Amino acid sequence: MAEPMRIRATMAGDVADVKVLMNHPMETGTRKDAKTGQLVPAHFISEVTATINGAKVLEANIGGAVSKNPYLGFKVKGPKAGDKVVVNWLDNKGDKNTAEAIIG
Amino acid sequence: MNALRRNVLKGAAGAGAVAVAVAAGLLKPTQAMAAWNKGAFEAKNVGDAMKGLGVSGPADSKDITIKAPDIAENGAVVPVEVTSGIAGTTSIAILAEKNASPLVGNFNLMGGTQGFISTRIKMGQTSLVRAVVNAGGKSYTAAKEVKVTIGGCGG
Repeated sequence: MAEPMRIRATMAGDVADVKVLMNHPMETGTRKDAKTGQLVPAHFISEVTATINGAKVLEANIGGAVSKNPYLGFKVKGPKAGDKVVVNWLDNKGDKNTAEAIIG
Repeated sequence: MNALRRNVLKGAAGAGAVAVAVAAGLLKPTQAMAAWNKGAFEAKNVGDAMKGLGVSGPADSKDITIKAPDIAENGAVVPVEVTSGIAGTTSIAILAEKNASPLVGNFNLMGGTQGFISTRIKMGQTSLVRAVVNAGGKSYTAAKEVKVTIGGCGG
């Protein structure tokens, strides 16, 4: 099962700066295993959504071309310190993970 | 020793099940969102990828800034930051033009999210990194070349 994901959210003026670090191998499906010469099956996060206090702020479709252990940063205008950020991801094998953080 | 191991395993399994249940509950909104855009992601060239995204003939814009290294030593991890100064930006897509599948990601922004996305991408070879921004029903684009010393796709 997926490892925890880390979220850091800080206010900079009236903008919340959200940084998310997900744990995922992000296999494209085109890489060959160095030992066996076999293709490593595709395994990557395909969808990421983020909400702040329950309201959706980001909906992303990503592919295997995002680096291993994906990093995602975005900025949201409006929230206040103490608001709750929730990030969910879903991968191409149906695995999912969720994490939340309080904006500081 | 063995009994302890059993207990630890049992504990771990229990915690795992809870995590799955929580995730399932919290992930409901995800299921309602648009399905993963398979066509656009599997497109083998920039034109098809854009078509898959529903974009045609985006206008060049100086209001889109792409921050990426001029030379990336490691194509497996290329930091890319896209800032759109265009008012009403609703989505930002990132493409690595010469990747086998150019589309890296498409980010839909809503609810006060600003025209800014920062991430790390894989690049197979030296190529333009292109951002496509949708704002007010129109499409805009900008690109920046990143030289890659060691490719990060396949191999």
